[in-house]
Amino acid sequence: MGIVKTKDLVFEYIRRDEEGNVEGITRAVDEVTLDIEQGDFVAILGHNGSGKSTLAKHINAILYPTEGTVWVDGMDTAKDEHLWDIRQKAGMVFQNPDNQIIGQVVEEDVGFGPENLGVPTQEIWERVEESLKAVGMYEFRKHSPNKLSGGQKQRVSIAGVIAMHPKCIVLDEPTAMLDPNGRKEVIRAVRALNDVENITVILITHYMEEIVHANKVFVMDNGKVAMQGTPREIFSQVEKLKSLRLDVPQVTLLAHELRKSGLELPEGILTKEELVKALGL
Amino acid sequence: MSIILDHVNHIYEEDTAMAFPALVDVNLVIPDGQFIGLIGHTGSGKSTLVQHLNGLIKPTSGSVYYNGADIHEDGYNKKELRSKVGLVFQYPEHQLFEIDVFSDVCFGPKNLGLEKKDVELRAYAALKQVGIADEYFYQSPFDLSGGQKRRVAIAGVLAMKPEVLILDEPTAGLDPKGRDEILEQIAKLRKETGMTVILVSHSMEDVAKYVDRIIVMNKGKIMYDDVPKEVFRHYKELEEVGLAAPQITYIMQELRARGLRVDTDITSVEEAKKAILQAMGR
Repeated sequence: MGIVKTKDLVFEYIRRDEEGNVEGITRAVDEVTLDIEQGDFVAILGHNGSGKSTLAKHINAILYPTEGTVWVDGMDTAKDEHLWDIRQKAGMVFQNPDNQIIGQVVEEDVGFGPENLGVPTQEIWERVEESLKAVGMYEFRKHSPNKLSGGQKQRVSIAGVIAMHPKCIVLDEPTAMLDPNGRKEVIRAVRALNDVENITVILITHYMEEIVHANKVFVMDNGKVAMQGTPREIFSQVEKLKSLRLDVPQVTLLAHELRKSGLELPEGILTKEELVKALGL
Repeated sequence: MSIILDHVNHIYEEDTAMAFPALVDVNLVIPDGQFIGLIGHTGSGKSTLVQHLNGLIKPTSGSVYYNGADIHEDGYNKKELRSKVGLVFQYPEHQLFEIDVFSDVCFGPKNLGLEKKDVELRAYAALKQVGIADEYFYQSPFDLSGGQKRRVAIAGVLAMKPEVLILDEPTAGLDPKGRDEILEQIAKLRKETGMTVILVSHSMEDVAKYVDRIIVMNKGKIMYDDVPKEVFRHYKELEEVGLAAPQITYIMQELRARGLRVDTDITSVEEAKKAILQAMGR
């Protein structure tokens, strides 16, 4: 069994009006079945309101299925006795860097997770060191998080998750509030975790160019998985993505437009190097 | 009619050990009707700068003039200034609070002391300007989608009939379609009303597509102030300060390096397509 698996997952919530009367029921996740292997780099795309964040919150038991089942490392998330193990196996990083840092000093913030797991002090320090090194923030270990840039704060948040020694990390739009450099730093750190540490990455994003290195892409629409495949398979379908309110990287769009104008190019070009090659330069 | 910043400096926590110069000798002229992109890495001084434009922050030294008048002179009507220079903050939907969309947009003009009928006319026009359909007017703003909420929040500022509209990252967190819809709407609005628009953005692609002038901030100073093509010519320097050129510019650089005779200062997919087809003899 994969590290994260869902079967016929349904999540519904009840909408209420001002007085608390039930107005209706919204099905945010609708019969989603996924199987994610250890070491996968998975990207989840989808327009605002498509259900991707709701789905992500099931992976570390912030939300529980209305119907169906979610397993993390073989554990059913609906069973209370697994809660702490699941939260340790699958860490989560959110959009706003300012909402997830609590320590006064970077290393203290990163040590907070393992400390709560009851890890011995000496080992906490070792974990803090390795985690900060993994995201390239070791030299900032004595700094106050307040003085860091957005990208640096997000990397500290990621270090805080990896210090728990998870098997899987879920990132919900971690770059939405960052400048171009901050975005690059965070994506680089995430890719390194996946390549070097073999940590499973589940990345939710609206930036299409961030997912060209994923090995699986799921596109959500109306709570369902509308498309799935490799980035190349997904980005070959420019028009379909647009109909789902999404986009493709600029290089893919350019190749698509050139193809429409009669140049012989394959669909689904993902990098400028591929374009150069396809143009025969 | 314009905004002028004359030798503006701003130091946070001046006279303390924490003193931090956020703006350093900023000189700017913003004439009527321009569409300006303001870019810079986190902490470069963009937000401090825009808060000077409607008098929310006072310069430590230097002056800000709006239509010729010094806005920090005694007796200057700041309330009127703030209705003329509308500022839409990041994640403006967090500031929605009324029971329905229409009341929320009415809030600003109501506080200007206008008559009920005028308030409602303005709210109606503003909601139409951002493309919110009538059927949503009496819904709770909290039941709308992310992109709709944001447009309602922008309508709240438009209902003040500003001459200058400043938007701080209006598309952060929106899906690609939502991003395009909001920017298209703003571009259209600017064309129709002739208002000045200042767009603070981290998306080089968006800036390249819409604005006619880019101001680049770095360490509280203006680093570049020019048309997009000229600014993105300095892509190497931009990278050094945490920015970048649009992806398409890098693609053209690469093609050029491989011997395809295309211009390297291209900033849109449309231009790139034409240039490549031409260079390949099509």
